[in-house]
Amino acid sequence: MGNVLLILFGTLAVAAFGIITGLVFLGVDRILVARMQARIGPPWQQPFFDFFKLMSKENVIPRNSIPWLFNLAPLLALASSIVLLLYLPIGSFPALLAAHGDLILIVYLLIVPALAMVVGGFASSSPYATIGAQREMVTMISYELPLATIAVAYAWKLGQAGVAHPFALSSITANPIWGLVGPVGLAGAVLLLLVLIVVTPGELSRIPFDTPEAETELAGGLLVEYSGRNFALFYLALGVKSIVMAALVVALFFPWNVSDFIALPTVAARIADLAFWLLKIEVVIFFAASLIRISLARLRINHVVSLYWKYLGAVGFLALALLMIDGMIA
Amino acid sequence: MKYPNSFRKSLWTFLFNAGSCNGCEIEMVALLTPRYDVERFGIKLVGSPRHADLLLITGPVTRKIAPRLRMVYEQMPDPKVVINVGVCGVSGGAFYESYSLIGPVDDIIPVDVYVPGCPPRPEAIIHAAVKALEKLERAEVAS
Repeated sequence: MGNVLLILFGTLAVAAFGIITGLVFLGVDRILVARMQARIGPPWQQPFFDFFKLMSKENVIPRNSIPWLFNLAPLLALASSIVLLLYLPIGSFPALLAAHGDLILIVYLLIVPALAMVVGGFASSSPYATIGAQREMVTMISYELPLATIAVAYAWKLGQAGVAHPFALSSITANPIWGLVGPVGLAGAVLLLLVLIVVTPGELSRIPFDTPEAETELAGGLLVEYSGRNFALFYLALGVKSIVMAALVVALFFPWNVSDFIALPTVAARIADLAFWLLKIEVVIFFAASLIRISLARLRINHVVSLYWKYLGAVGFLALALLMIDGMIA
Repeated sequence: MKYPNSFRKSLWTFLFNAGSCNGCEIEMVALLTPRYDVERFGIKLVGSPRHADLLLITGPVTRKIAPRLRMVYEQMPDPKVVINVGVCGVSGGAFYESYSLIGPVDDIIPVDVYVPGCPPRPEAIIHAAVKALEKLERAEVAS
């Protein structure tokens, strides 16, 4: 009973935390992008203003749409993003549902927010949204391969090092990959990090992988018919999804905490770890979303596919091979 | 329609070209540059009228574009503001004699604020957005 209550209130707390930090980091992202363009940019609370504005607006449901699917998709996108956050460690707090899922489950769950957007796009039955939904599906299929190579490489390395439960996120964060590999494997691990950094903007549909939304050609693509409350929920989902992707990068590659190095009283250690975790998240979002977004233009859909399948897939397999060679040498 | 306070901090804008010569568009793009940077006030351009709070119309309305203009206006969720940029939408401007015009804009859809000029300066467009917000505050939106 106590466990159920813990999970219930924990979920509410994680949801509130994910939504608020997600919106704050969207604001920070917009400021940083503006500064890199020699602009001043909006205040950091801008996503909150946008959210409340959208909530106060009319919620249009197009006549040709399938209303229940159209209304369900934004809820599904937000809910599945929050569920993902439940499986990822936040600071030195272990993941709320750590005992119930592993890396494979996270890789699977990562499909759900994107799938919800596809469903919403098809349900709105606008030609723009339909094209956007098709492109989103193609993007999803393409980044699955590099993402899967990361999971496989990690589990293989941990299994080879004799760690019990190599797929569990808790054993991954307890044994950072950098400590398990020699020089050859180190190169492989760096390549894996690179692959995950490039997969992140694809997962978030940010430039250069925002082909499904493509404001200039598809007028917002998947989201073209969404307004008011439904659009606000997608906005929240984007914020939470950014946190999820960054938290995944942090958990896989930078799992260290302040309290591992400095002895602190328990409460202070938790706070310091959380602050350090937020800093790591911001650094990851900066390099994986903001910096890439500001330096590149949008890729065409066939370029997205060939980038993910051919080049990033090849880099992923190369990293896997390097890790295996490293295992054989050692 | 109740005036949402949040419009003051967040005004998403949809550009509509109703037969303009692109002069006004160039001035509007200047709004996004470091010199004016309207994103400071939460104004940003969106790709779909469904996401927009503010409709910026340029150009005299041609016969072909008029039904589309009405459609885009109707697609915008309430509450919404309409600003007409450039003298073309007021009187036809340089094209006033043309056989293909059925403008001005306010024959097609209700307009809240007019910005004359050929093209108007970016400051004038920002001023118009402020005026439109004041008008919304007095709940006089023509919707």
